[in-house]
Amino acid sequence: MDGIEEITPADFVALLRLVCQRIATEQDWLSELDRAIGDGDHGSSMARGWQAALDAVDALPAPLSFSAVCAAAARGFVNSAGGATGPLYATILMRGGAAVKDREVLDLGALASFFEAAGRGIRERGRSEPGDKTMLDAWLPAVAALDAAHANHKKLAAALNDAAEAAEKGAEATRQMAARLGRASRLGARSQGHIDPGAASAALLFRTFAQGVAEG
Amino acid sequence: MTKKLINDAGTVIEEMLAGIVAAHPRHVRLLDHSPRSLIAAGAPRAGKVGIVVGGGSGHEPGFLGYVGRGMADGAAVGNPFASPGPDPIVATTKAVHGGAGVLYIIGNYAGDVMNFEMAAELAELESIPTRTVIVTDDVASAPISEAGRRRGVAGAVFVFKAAGAAADMGRDLSGVAQAAEMANASVRTMGVALEPCSLPATLKHNFTLRPDELELGIGIHGEPGVERGPMRPADAVADAILDRVLAELDPPPGSEVAVLVNGMGGTPLMELYIIARHVLDRLSRRNLVIHRCLVGNFLTALEMAGCSVSVIKLNDELKVLLDYPAEPVLFRDF
Repeated sequence: MDGIEEITPADFVALLRLVCQRIATEQDWLSELDRAIGDGDHGSSMARGWQAALDAVDALPAPLSFSAVCAAAARGFVNSAGGATGPLYATILMRGGAAVKDREVLDLGALASFFEAAGRGIRERGRSEPGDKTMLDAWLPAVAALDAAHANHKKLAAALNDAAEAAEKGAEATRQMAARLGRASRLGARSQGHIDPGAASAALLFRTFAQGVAEG
Repeated sequence: MTKKLINDAGTVIEEMLAGIVAAHPRHVRLLDHSPRSLIAAGAPRAGKVGIVVGGGSGHEPGFLGYVGRGMADGAAVGNPFASPGPDPIVATTKAVHGGAGVLYIIGNYAGDVMNFEMAAELAELESIPTRTVIVTDDVASAPISEAGRRRGVAGAVFVFKAAGAAADMGRDLSGVAQAAEMANASVRTMGVALEPCSLPATLKHNFTLRPDELELGIGIHGEPGVERGPMRPADAVADAILDRVLAELDPPPGSEVAVLVNGMGGTPLMELYIIARHVLDRLSRRNLVIHRCLVGNFLTALEMAGCSVSVIKLNDELKVLLDYPAEPVLFRDF
């Protein structure tokens, strides 16, 4: 199946809803990853945040725009997720939304700019760099894969599949890293051997987008 | 499973806040439109810099207990050990803004830093100038070369006090921030845990210590410290803490200091005063002048057993600020 080539605001909401469902399904696994190196609430924070994001989006009047969807989702997310996850995903949605605010639909180029702007937002908000064992280590490889796929004129579904694979590889690579930021950083070398839960959930997001677009 | 005097883990914060405003109605109120915002009775005061503190719950009397004249004007209240989101912070900010801007004072935790930063951006959109001072007093959480990465713990009480006094005296936003920064730069703290704590939602201990162990350098959410070692007498614990604190602070003989012996929530005053006795004795033997000593539960970690000791090196300005009258809500109804 080739899937869709353009994402409308309604498609985008449907994709966010799939992410919300996927996170809810995987929340125990995410919390378990977090218990190893943090305070064990990553799964429940993410599940709470995405549910509130979708509730806020569902309350929006038609017609939907990318900027209205992203702003509502960001505000819903940040005020219920708590901790560091809330501001990071709110920033992703706000910066990503700002990058595509004039678009009526998202093609691969626009989607790449959404995720690229979001990545810069994560970096600034979290003051993180690649290799710090954070979600950035899944996000930036996914953005690079999207850019490469765009340059090679790939189909949207194939491009997102490349992004999901890159994010999953990036998340797996955090296992070898020692955390330098967040609560896990207080463990130093003791954080090695565990996947960063924020990188794992970011990879889930890209995988869900890829599947959702492939299935149209 | 631990036991707690709660009704429902999902409503502990709302029920605690309801209790606080019911017990101290003359001193604090909750905002109708933002039930996680606790505001001092007299706030906002025209022309005075507003001070907003906040962070996760479970540290009581931190942070909301320091709302009151001469200290904080408002507190944004998060879930147990989790930062509040930007909305309650912005609502608190607006409620205490008297036209002279608002100072945020928070501990150095990723969630608090990011949520208050987002709130500051939103407040700016509403033309409320803010400044943020991040407390970093915990010597055990990072080496001095990376002091900016250190956690904020009980030394925050001195920072609230200095900033609150400066604001009450009518200093402007940068002057109040400067007072807070001076206090933060002058205070060092280290803690110790004897027993862990548990969150209302899980009722499970968040770390484990053997009966013959203690953890030196523990954080106020049970973050790992610098050393897990054998249990030892109070004087030896106090010495282990003071060795680290004084090595960095290095106050010259004859200088003045203030001391805070803080209970983590599950340690009786008897033990805190036993620690205080040795701390004060050792500081005096070093020819330091004890300007002021506070002993009690000031910034806790739920029911964790243990304590922390903070020492702040004083100058004339800090002495004036610490001596200035204050009426924080959880310390005033006697």
